[in-house]
Amino acid sequence: MSQKNRLASGGRIDRSKPLRFKYNGREYQGYQGDTLASALLANGVDVIGRSFKYSRPRGIVAAGAEEPNAVLQLGATEATQVPNVRATQQELFGGLVSSATNGWPNADMDLMSYVGKVGGRMMPPGFYYKTFMYPQSMWETYEKFIRKAAGLGRSPLENDPDTYDKINHHCDVMIVGAGPAGLAAALVAARSGARVILADEQNEFGGSLLHSREKINGRPAANWVAETVAELEKHPEVLLLPRSTVNGYHDHNFLTIHQRCTDHVADQAPKGQVRQRMHRVRANWVVLATGAHERPLVYGNNDVPGCMVASAVSTYINRYGVVPGNELVLMTTNDYAYQTALDWADAGRKVVAIVDTRQNPKGARIEEARKRGLNVITGSAVIEVQGSKRVSGVSVAPIDARGDKVTGSVQRLSCDTVASSGGWSPVIHLSCHTGSRPEWRDDIIGFVPGKTVQRQLTAGGINGTYSLRKVLEEGARTGAQAAESAGFADAAKGIALPLSEEVQEGPAMALFHIPHTKPTARAPKQFVDFQNDVTASGIELATREGFESIEHVKRYTAMGFGTDQGKLGNINGMAIAAKSLNQTIPQTGTTIFRPNYTPITFGAIAGRDCGELFDVKRYSAMHRWHVEHGALFEDVGNWKRPWYFPKAGESMQDALDRECKATRESVGILDASTLGKIDIQGKDAREFLARVYTNAWAKLGVGKCRYGLMCGEDGMVFDDGVTSCLAENHFLMTTTTGGAARVLEWLELYHQTEWPEMEVYFNTVTDQWATMTISGPNSRKLLAELTDIDLDGDSFKFMDWRQGKVAGVPARVFRISFTGELSYEINVQANYGLYVWEKLFEHGAKFNLTPYGTETMHVLRAEKGFIIAGQDTDGSVTPIDLGMSWCVSNNKPFSYIGKRGMAREDCNRPNRKQLVGLKAKDPKKVIPEGSQAVDDPKQPLPMKMLGHVTSSYYSANLGHSIAMGMIRDGHNRMGETVYYPQADGSVIEAEICSPIFLDPKGERQNV
Amino acid sequence: MFYIYCPHCGEHREEEEFHAKGQAHIARPADPDSCSDKEWGEYLYFRKNPRGLHHEMWVHAAGCRKFFNVTRDTVSYEIKEVYKIGERPSVVAAGN
Repeated sequence: MSQKNRLASGGRIDRSKPLRFKYNGREYQGYQGDTLASALLANGVDVIGRSFKYSRPRGIVAAGAEEPNAVLQLGATEATQVPNVRATQQELFGGLVSSATNGWPNADMDLMSYVGKVGGRMMPPGFYYKTFMYPQSMWETYEKFIRKAAGLGRSPLENDPDTYDKINHHCDVMIVGAGPAGLAAALVAARSGARVILADEQNEFGGSLLHSREKINGRPAANWVAETVAELEKHPEVLLLPRSTVNGYHDHNFLTIHQRCTDHVADQAPKGQVRQRMHRVRANWVVLATGAHERPLVYGNNDVPGCMVASAVSTYINRYGVVPGNELVLMTTNDYAYQTALDWADAGRKVVAIVDTRQNPKGARIEEARKRGLNVITGSAVIEVQGSKRVSGVSVAPIDARGDKVTGSVQRLSCDTVASSGGWSPVIHLSCHTGSRPEWRDDIIGFVPGKTVQRQLTAGGINGTYSLRKVLEEGARTGAQAAESAGFADAAKGIALPLSEEVQEGPAMALFHIPHTKPTARAPKQFVDFQNDVTASGIELATREGFESIEHVKRYTAMGFGTDQGKLGNINGMAIAAKSLNQTIPQTGTTIFRPNYTPITFGAIAGRDCGELFDVKRYSAMHRWHVEHGALFEDVGNWKRPWYFPKAGESMQDALDRECKATRESVGILDASTLGKIDIQGKDAREFLARVYTNAWAKLGVGKCRYGLMCGEDGMVFDDGVTSCLAENHFLMTTTTGGAARVLEWLELYHQTEWPEMEVYFNTVTDQWATMTISGPNSRKLLAELTDIDLDGDSFKFMDWRQGKVAGVPARVFRISFTGELSYEINVQANYGLYVWEKLFEHGAKFNLTPYGTETMHVLRAEKGFIIAGQDTDGSVTPIDLGMSWCVSNNKPFSYIGKRGMAREDCNRPNRKQLVGLKAKDPKKVIPEGSQAVDDPKQPLPMKMLGHVTSSYYSANLGHSIAMGMIRDGHNRMGETVYYPQADGSVIEAEICSPIFLDPKGERQNV
Repeated sequence: MFYIYCPHCGEHREEEEFHAKGQAHIARPADPDSCSDKEWGEYLYFRKNPRGLHHEMWVHAAGCRKFFNVTRDTVSYEIKEVYKIGERPSVVAAGN
């Protein structure tokens, strides 16, 4: 269990707590405080995956969110599999199981690499586009190859056993990033009394200070971090969120934070704890203190394991006590990276050379390196690396002052690690999320956040401010500004600035792409985007092929499209494109970033909204009875409505036949509670109804009900229902189940915006009433046993309603019918619903009272030709098209909604599609709903279609199938035959008829 | 996700409570029957799609159910003002 690269002391790991973990089936050991990446490096694991396109071996290059290669699969069991985990961000725990995600048969011995070597030239940029374009038959060949090779992990096949949470917050100041700038800002804002949230993606606060050897107030920076965090913890209004990545910055200062609560503890969250939590924050002011990522340089074979970003090497040494090699060559364009060589030397390992691309660099760190006898080679660059699974040496050559070409002879140096630094890129991702365009700054050689409309401030590295002293100063000042802007007036008073020494630095060189002795296209591959295998020559090729916009170059080459969003490579790629286009970087511009900053699990997005809690469920007051009586349910809106009530051994059709016959022969009962009910009151209520319905309402008396059609201004039907006059200025409107909310909003819209002078009030009362409809010839006899209402057919007529008691409960009884039978719709206060329902069954046994659901309701209404708005209508159908001109008034004084629309020329042209009945020639054949009618089924494709079937059932009462559907000019084609070709090649022949199949005179409901 | 001030409730609430209802200030013609098909078609279907300031109607659907108007920048999504039905916007695009 050797950790050959682990130092004997130093770092923020706990050597007294060894942890065992598995990678690719082998067991290793690390320590508490390690990341998976630092533990792998400690154990000398070089290859952690194969590259996406060329299958080249890849190793860890960075130490944080920007890592492109070490994207691993986690999970000890099938259910706990997590793809897309960056080893650099995964804390180590005992028993962790991980594996490489691409590489076949495994990452270390990958057969695909031979394909990559041989086939590399087969897959230039634009490969996918070119392949899609050219012989299509080739795609299947390529696809297998690509799918197998392109994985970055896999989803679990079993359900996730863990629980995830969501939580909402409001705060005065949201600070993103707890490095020196964020901590300084938080401290000042917290002291002002502001409600502060401080979030950081790492397990500990401190950011760069966790691996820095600089001092604050004369003591190690870590001491200041500890004191600051300790003080912040004491402020009651401060919420500290470590292990929490601010993944999205959305409109109006809305931020989403992905907190990993127990990912560092075990494979599965401990009992009673959540795995991850999504915080949804609405902040008054936001301070972005997200720091900067170091850019690697682009040079030949720069992807060989052992090539790393300079600051990452320092992080592994100082924070984790891991030196990821023995012999280092450092290549840099700036002073800061010299620290890596100094750290390496301090760790007791050999610094082979510091290769500085600048001709004559001067600065404090350079002086120190020279003083310590390190080999500093100036005006030169590492043009190429040797080695395959690990760096074995480098070629170093002098370059010109602009970094355009190699100017002298090449020398070879032997080493196993190459650290490179091309300067720093501010982490501007979050500011880009809100639409802000980044701005280039020559002095810091990087993009900084541009203008924003958000209440947003920035501090520290994100501004290109890198000296610790200035970062702390800027953080404190920005924290004060944010708090003051949020209304905490004296925030700036008495700031005690932490002090740190200023290190004297010389200017950096703007260099991204290291020249080679050969032209780029012939030089060894120089990788820009490791995750998508985008090379410098690929970008140059894209510009040669005519892609000038950086957005197009990005899409053509796939640069920045990986799960790392090109955090390391994008700026280098843009610089290479700019140079190739003979432009400056600001002229070329930059692509921007979208949420999420780092990949996020579906669990965190879903939170508790899954399984039983996935969607709202609405139940009627009688739901329990339905369940107990074996109902199957159908979702209508959010309602669970009984679909049908099968008895033991019955098929669905058996059950429907029985329910339909029982209703027509004796009495059936339907739970109609879900129909929308809107209470309408006010002296103008009646006039209002006349304006929103197509028919007349002026003369509807108290105690009467009327069916109405509602149209849009375009004259198309959108809802229907019965409205009853409860009192002179008081009506009860019913709507379709699914349309209830939409209709209420529609009424409010017209009242509030068009006719505010009308005195009318609307209120939804859907939930307040339980509604049960008894229907059938024996419904009167049944109801008579339970009510004090006079049910005499001459006094309580069809389309009347009465107030009274049913089963001793106050009730409104409406004599309306959706089945064409004698029907009573009984409405009682919802909490009496089940009681009255059960009373009806007590008395109904002798009448064979039969419960039926939505499907039987559909059959019964279709037998009568009654439409269902939304099924027989689709927003392109007028009342006239439906054959319901009886429901349209032309005599109303006000031009009601839909009237003008219906008068449009197009609504009055001949040959419109119209609703008709359809009778299949084969009486047993039910024409599938949605089938398209044609006149001649033998005509060539594409056939001329006449309209579709909207409703279709088998009617047990009639002994044959019935259907309704749209037919072009259908009202004039009664008795004619149309054909419905089916997907299986068969054709169903049908006769056009009236949609009223049963009791056309309406005698059954008028008894 | 927007953070919208409801002028009737007097509070900022999350966008989830609201429904967007499209362009504001489209009055229903006083006498629809005397409109030509073209005029009626324009009332029904033709809407502005400006880059920049847009006056639009929202309803506090899961709140007070009141409609109101919003002046919003369609580029930055900034809400410049919120005003009640019947009121005129105070923030308007140049030339309007």
